Amino acid sequence: MPKLTIDGKEVEVAPGTNLIEAARQAGSEVPHYCYHPGLSIAGQCRLCMVDIEKNPRPQIGCNTQAADGMVVHTQTERVLETRKSIMEFHLVNHPLDCPVCDQAGECWLQIYYMRHGLYDPRMVDEKVHKPKAVPLGPHVILDAERCILCSRCVRFCDEVTATGELGIFNRGDHSEIGLFPGKTLENKYSGNVIDICPVGALTDREFRFQVRVWYLDTARSVCNGCARGCNIEVHNNRRRLHHNQGRRIARIKPRHNPDVNRWWICDEGRYGFRWIDDDRRLLTPVRRASGKDVPLGWDEAVADLVAALRRYRPEEIGILASPQMSNEDLFALQRIAGHLGIRAVDHRVPPRVAGDEDEILIRADKNPNRRGAELIGLTQGETAAILDGARQRRIKLLWIFQHDLLDSGLPAADVSAALAAAEMVVFQGPSANGTSAGAHLVLPSAAYVEREGTFTNFQGRVQRFRTAVEPLGDAVADWDILGRLGRALGGGDPALAATRAEQVFTALAGHVPAFAGMTYRAIGDAGLVAKA
Amino acid sequence: MATEVEKIVFAGADDRDLTKLAEYEAVGGYEALAKARAMAPQDVTEELITSELRGRGGAFFPTGRKWSFVPSKDQIPKPHYLVVNADESEPGSFKDNEIISRVPHRFIEGCLITAHAIDSKHVFVYIRGEYSGPYEILVNALEEIPKDVLGGVTIVVHRGAGAYICGEETGLLSSLEGKKGWPKIKPPFPAIKGAFGQPTIVNNVETIAAVPHIINRGAAWFAGLGTKTQGGTRLYSVSGHVVKPGVVEAPVSVTLRSLIYDHCGGIPDGRRLKAVVPGGSSAPILTADEIDVSMDADGLKAAGTMIGSAGVIVMDETVSIPEALMVVARFYAHESCGQCTPCRESTGWIYKMSHRIVEGKGRKEDLDTILDVAKRGAGTTICAFYDGAVGPYVSYIEKFREEFEALIPRDA
Repeated sequence: MPKLTIDGKEVEVAPGTNLIEAARQAGSEVPHYCYHPGLSIAGQCRLCMVDIEKNPRPQIGCNTQAADGMVVHTQTERVLETRKSIMEFHLVNHPLDCPVCDQAGECWLQIYYMRHGLYDPRMVDEKVHKPKAVPLGPHVILDAERCILCSRCVRFCDEVTATGELGIFNRGDHSEIGLFPGKTLENKYSGNVIDICPVGALTDREFRFQVRVWYLDTARSVCNGCARGCNIEVHNNRRRLHHNQGRRIARIKPRHNPDVNRWWICDEGRYGFRWIDDDRRLLTPVRRASGKDVPLGWDEAVADLVAALRRYRPEEIGILASPQMSNEDLFALQRIAGHLGIRAVDHRVPPRVAGDEDEILIRADKNPNRRGAELIGLTQGETAAILDGARQRRIKLLWIFQHDLLDSGLPAADVSAALAAAEMVVFQGPSANGTSAGAHLVLPSAAYVEREGTFTNFQGRVQRFRTAVEPLGDAVADWDILGRLGRALGGGDPALAATRAEQVFTALAGHVPAFAGMTYRAIGDAGLVAKA
Repeated sequence: MATEVEKIVFAGADDRDLTKLAEYEAVGGYEALAKARAMAPQDVTEELITSELRGRGGAFFPTGRKWSFVPSKDQIPKPHYLVVNADESEPGSFKDNEIISRVPHRFIEGCLITAHAIDSKHVFVYIRGEYSGPYEILVNALEEIPKDVLGGVTIVVHRGAGAYICGEETGLLSSLEGKKGWPKIKPPFPAIKGAFGQPTIVNNVETIAAVPHIINRGAAWFAGLGTKTQGGTRLYSVSGHVVKPGVVEAPVSVTLRSLIYDHCGGIPDGRRLKAVVPGGSSAPILTADEIDVSMDADGLKAAGTMIGSAGVIVMDETVSIPEALMVVARFYAHESCGQCTPCRESTGWIYKMSHRIVEGKGRKEDLDTILDVAKRGAGTTICAFYDGAVGPYVSYIEKFREEFEALIPRDA
């Protein structure tokens, strides 16, 4: 492994590491635009100049590999002066329209100008004019005047998605990003070009003009859109409630995890958060009898469920858990089922249409925690048999989590018959659906961004997601609902006495061998792989 | 009187139509090829190193040494490519046009010897798109060549589409590969990873055309024609205000004065010489007082300019230097490929400033801004295009500053 000195600090880096990354390890920032660790080296923004001893002039850090004994300086007068010059060149034809630009506040032209530019502008001539507000596809819009032609978006579409929609057309200062004839930027990962665009050239058609980025708060989370469990940041707007059309979740951004999603997420995941703030959310527990909805407090709701669970024998109760639930939720549920001796438990409900899958990130299973449900062992029963039991009135209480059985791969007639035949249907989940509409007791659970917990992705990686916003209405995390239920049922199970998700996880780690030894702290931001 | 020199590149072409295979063979054509093929490839390269032949495209790199950089097929088991740069686009340079038009077979023979030296079976000739005449001549000449002369080597003639940057070594390779003509970042260098990712040697037409003579008559003879650092003769493209413009084959050490006055008949109509660009538009300009300089690379370097592609542009007293700068700045702004930020942004900016000055709307600070912008961008880009543009930006203003200042309104 090459050892080199950067700004007086010795670092040892992996062979092939370039000087931008090596400097990062040494604690020195080398500003750059075109370089992105997930893309090929372009070397065209010319901002990442560093001084290497024995070299007559500064070299670009992105295309220079760290070598043993190299002595690098990132702060020489010459380097600082070069950066300033390059910043001036980047801004010669830039419209400087920050007040109306959606990138303002997270724009690398602004950041680097303040850190490395601070020259007095000398350009007094008419700037080059280029197309503005050009939709490139369903999600991305281009302002070619703001573009600094770093080519990251072009390389992304060439190298990551291999769809090749984008190119750079014309020459010199008339160069501009654009679509090849007949193409639209609508690959399944198109939103990533917005993230990697360092300036305001590519912005998000849905997010732009909704809320200024400096009003956003950030929570580290995990996408719940498929079994990949891409690491994400949830950006939420709690400070300007009148912005973003009143919605709390403003946008989803990918969070780097080299073992899961690298720097990317798919558009499905990126834009799949609207349900969190929509009017199908369940806000309060409801008892439904003779066509009337009676809102309940949680004590009453839990008492109703306790009564129901006591009214029937364990073999008369069927539970359909959901792989949308966290490990904590599923473990709490498994404890309850265990205490009550309920064996008809499953989490497998076939989807109405098979999910799409690709070689990049997207998994066919659209649930974030299938593997967790398997490891925790919520598979003593079998969905079809449970519904069959209900139809034959052997199972009298159906407790359904999240699933809309009426909009699934199960035969609709069988589902309808089962739901009609059951004496009591309990639905627990964050949003209303066809199945909840017919339930006798509806319990609103918090959406994943409204609470914390862990999902286990298809690789067996256990990953934490954190609370971004408060639950809507009276919704409560599933593990918490189940804890209240467990305490009402009695028995003193510590997993059901928990007041924080972390305590449930600790109990889980103590009981399920795959999770043995894991803690929230050890899982951290990168996740830990469960033992197979 | 013109210093007479034995013609090397154009030997025999004044008396015969050397575009015809039979005529070329009558003056000993393709004998050097046979001789080279009887030699081991590395011996041919060794001969070239001894000959002191240097790249005639403008970068002046020793040709034999460049060839020696190609890895052996044991090291990198990939086909080797020879790419010939016939995209002659430097304003003021038109020698390659003349070589291909008049001695296409000598050029092809050079290609085949070079291919042998670098162990290549594939030659690509990237010819400037506008050179339709030379293209026809070259293609016709290729059709005449018997298979055994080609010796299993394929020669593909690829026409460019009009971009100056495609004459840059790696911009040419990108274009040849079917991509936008953007120069590539180095390393890797073409000798290791060039056209289509294969080890590739890129040579200029004039360089290649010198190769048969070196093999025929020996490296020592060739080296002896030149100076200490450079063998052979040189083709000068002389244009502008001279009585007899054209391509002149002359010693590498001829003086600029001799080129203008002896070889090209001096300045027409008794007008006075004002300035000369000695090596294509990218070479810094010389004033009329500076023409007693030797045209070899060292002489011009000492004079603060360069030989480049040896395109000599002569300007008499009727020329406005600010206008000349505006024209050359417009060229560089138009031809910048747009890949590197400093070049992309400042070529256009400098053109706008130079244009404003010529229009009488200059500001006092403009001249210093141009000089500063030019110097700040120099040496910061992937290829040498911008450094080439800096040559005229800086030298025109530094040497003719009063002429620029005269155009700037006093109250500006």
